[in-house]
Amino acid sequence: MDVAVCGGGNAALCAAIAARRAGASVVLLERAPAYVRGGNTRHTRDIRLAHDEPNAAATGSYAEEELLDDLLRVTAGETNRPLAELTIRESKSLASWMSEQGVHWQKPLKGTLHLARTNGFFLGGGKNLVNTYYDTVERLGVRVVYETSVVGFELRERAVQAVVYERAGAVERLRCGAVIVAAGGFEADVDWLKEYWGDAAGQFRIRGTPYNTGLALKALYEAGAKRIGDPRGLHCIAVDARAPKFDGGIVTRIDAIPFGIAVGADGARFYDEGEDLWPKRYAIWGKLIAELPGQAAYAIFDRKSIGGFIPSVYRPLCAQSIEELALVLDLEPGALVRTVTAFNDAIRPGGTFQPGSLDDCRTEGLAIPKSHWARPIDTPPYYGYPLRPGVTFTYLGVEVDAGARVIDADGRGFDNVFAAGECMAGNILSRGYLAGFGLTIGTVFGRIAGESAAAHVRA
Amino acid sequence: MFEPDFTAEADRQLSVCNACRYCEGFCAVFGAVELRAAIGDGDVAYLANLCHDCRMCFDACMFTPPHEFAVNIPALMAEARVQTYERYSRPRVLAGLFRTPGWAIGGVTLACIVVVTLLVAFGMGTTALETVQVGPGAFYRVVPYLAMVVPAVVLGAFGILVLVYGARSYANDIRSGDGRFVSLRSVSTAIRDAITLVYLKGGGEGCYDVKRGSPWRRFFHMLVFWGVLADFSATICAAIAQDLLGYLPPYPLWSIPVALGTLGGVAIVVGAAGLIALKVRSDAKPTSARMIAMDYAFLAMLETVALTGLALLAFRSTAAMGSLLAIHLGSLAALFITAPYGKFVHIVYRSIALVKNAAEQNGA
Repeated sequence: MDVAVCGGGNAALCAAIAARRAGASVVLLERAPAYVRGGNTRHTRDIRLAHDEPNAAATGSYAEEELLDDLLRVTAGETNRPLAELTIRESKSLASWMSEQGVHWQKPLKGTLHLARTNGFFLGGGKNLVNTYYDTVERLGVRVVYETSVVGFELRERAVQAVVYERAGAVERLRCGAVIVAAGGFEADVDWLKEYWGDAAGQFRIRGTPYNTGLALKALYEAGAKRIGDPRGLHCIAVDARAPKFDGGIVTRIDAIPFGIAVGADGARFYDEGEDLWPKRYAIWGKLIAELPGQAAYAIFDRKSIGGFIPSVYRPLCAQSIEELALVLDLEPGALVRTVTAFNDAIRPGGTFQPGSLDDCRTEGLAIPKSHWARPIDTPPYYGYPLRPGVTFTYLGVEVDAGARVIDADGRGFDNVFAAGECMAGNILSRGYLAGFGLTIGTVFGRIAGESAAAHVRA
Repeated sequence: MFEPDFTAEADRQLSVCNACRYCEGFCAVFGAVELRAAIGDGDVAYLANLCHDCRMCFDACMFTPPHEFAVNIPALMAEARVQTYERYSRPRVLAGLFRTPGWAIGGVTLACIVVVTLLVAFGMGTTALETVQVGPGAFYRVVPYLAMVVPAVVLGAFGILVLVYGARSYANDIRSGDGRFVSLRSVSTAIRDAITLVYLKGGGEGCYDVKRGSPWRRFFHMLVFWGVLADFSATICAAIAQDLLGYLPPYPLWSIPVALGTLGGVAIVVGAAGLIALKVRSDAKPTSARMIAMDYAFLAMLETVALTGLALLAFRSTAAMGSLLAIHLGSLAALFITAPYGKFVHIVYRSIALVKNAAEQNGA
């Protein structure tokens, strides 16, 4: 084989398509069985695209400079500027490129209209995208092998000679002219997370695939690739404590916190629930909860808020009084009553509740204020969601250059090792979150990696 | 009413959909789910018939079995549809035909063909079945005009009565306290949605096929629909030719009734065969065995009527005409008898669901 692609999600598939279209013979090694193929791409829904005029995917215009500003804001400037600019420039061609691969676009959903201009929504979400891409790679003649984990690389000097993989309990090797690693982060390896997070990681829910244990990433490090990113870096949101350990996806997320208050296991509030608008507000709670004792928190609200937020798959727990609610949630009733009473008493009167904007409903005089959307919790029934940190992805990765070539610890590129997707996204999105931009990086660098690998084997 | 467990399971699965919403682009079902905080009995009856069984949401779903959320909306909807068909059908004793569609439709068809053939043999003499009959009124020398028309009118009127009753009770059950949903605007939107089969487009990907979506199911369904309409129109044209213009059948090949009827017949044969082929080749997981049995039975029935009609046309000037006419009329009688107790009724319930959807979306 000319090119071995390690991984089976968006970046891997785009790399396989690009390499095959450039004339290389390609094998794609996907760790998951076919029915759960596609890594975390299965749980995605939209991709961020710069564009000067409306296209099949997005409305209005979203200039390169504006997207770059958005990126610089969420990363606080910590980004590899040339790679970021490259990604953004290339993102302009993605809508039509994706359409060529068979992707259909849909009108944005009611709840995500504010993303209609910046993001393209592919029909049916990420699993449908993955299915479309698998059809495309198979049609192009890429060999797809499932249930195959890449565990190492055989190197000579700076060139990989063969990929070492595990399949059905046996370890084997596959000779290849170039390797593309696009096998995601390591968020599904709880023991690896524990190295940086201690026992707290045991309470984390992993929102995506259980197959992202970072085997290929580890193999790259063993081969001498240069690490980038904060190993503790996680994208982590608040999910329902009843969520499955893995693969709960979008439906376990809890977006109710700004409508009421959030308390820890001690029944006390711990952060300003009204700090910011979605999606920023939504992305901070996972880490806040991860730092709490027991990694447990509770969203508390009353009847007024029902219908105000997108429901999650689990119904909230419910009671006629705050004391009863505390008992249902396994909290100390006195503590919760004190918290709610203090909160209700601190609300500045006369505010106008406006969930879509930073309104003037706020508390006064509390050590931890609620800056917006503060309404008294006084209308039964009362509701509560038990919360846990839900990890979306990790930021730790390998450094790459503009050709997606992996850089080693000495700062020199490997001859024939390329990376795309989550395992190199940290070059550009070092921290923070920009909805749909992970897929942008994966698609752009998948394509680049595929073209670079094909060019290498033909040279 | 559905079994409480069934409604609870529908509520559980659709609460996953309501939290996810990725499938909203495929069809109207998911937009309707978003308007509902919880799913009750009437909602299931409504959503099940709003679902056009494209199955795109099953392929796209991250939570299908073996995931612990075990979401399989097309199968749930298909099972609920089967139950609504039976629930709104009267008399109860005939509604039992929904339970064993293959035997019911096969048995009724066979019985009708035998009865019509025997009636011809005893009423007109066996020679009517064996001799060449040509010239104006040839068919009526085998089966007299009134013997054709009266049963058709009686069975047709009975069928319409049963369907109107079903339509009324169904519309009543899905009204769910939000008042009337039938208006000029909602009905015209629903007619447009039904005629264009917009929800067989799967948001652009089409419907189930061997692998992923394709436009074929919508195409074949169009053939069957327009084929049936063409054949119905051919019958009207023949009635005009006979009763107003005074020409007795058989009509020449290039006359309007025969040309239209042939075109319709061929469309039905091809369309129904295509729909059967798609079902045979597709994944059985996102459907219900009872629904599939009903689909096959109805499609086989349509094939029988269309093929016997075409055979009658092909051999109408031979000695086989008499027997072929008896067989064709027998199968037509069976179609009329079984129509309110088989897949045909989907036209009624799906149309009403489309009207309600149009009203909801206009109001939303």
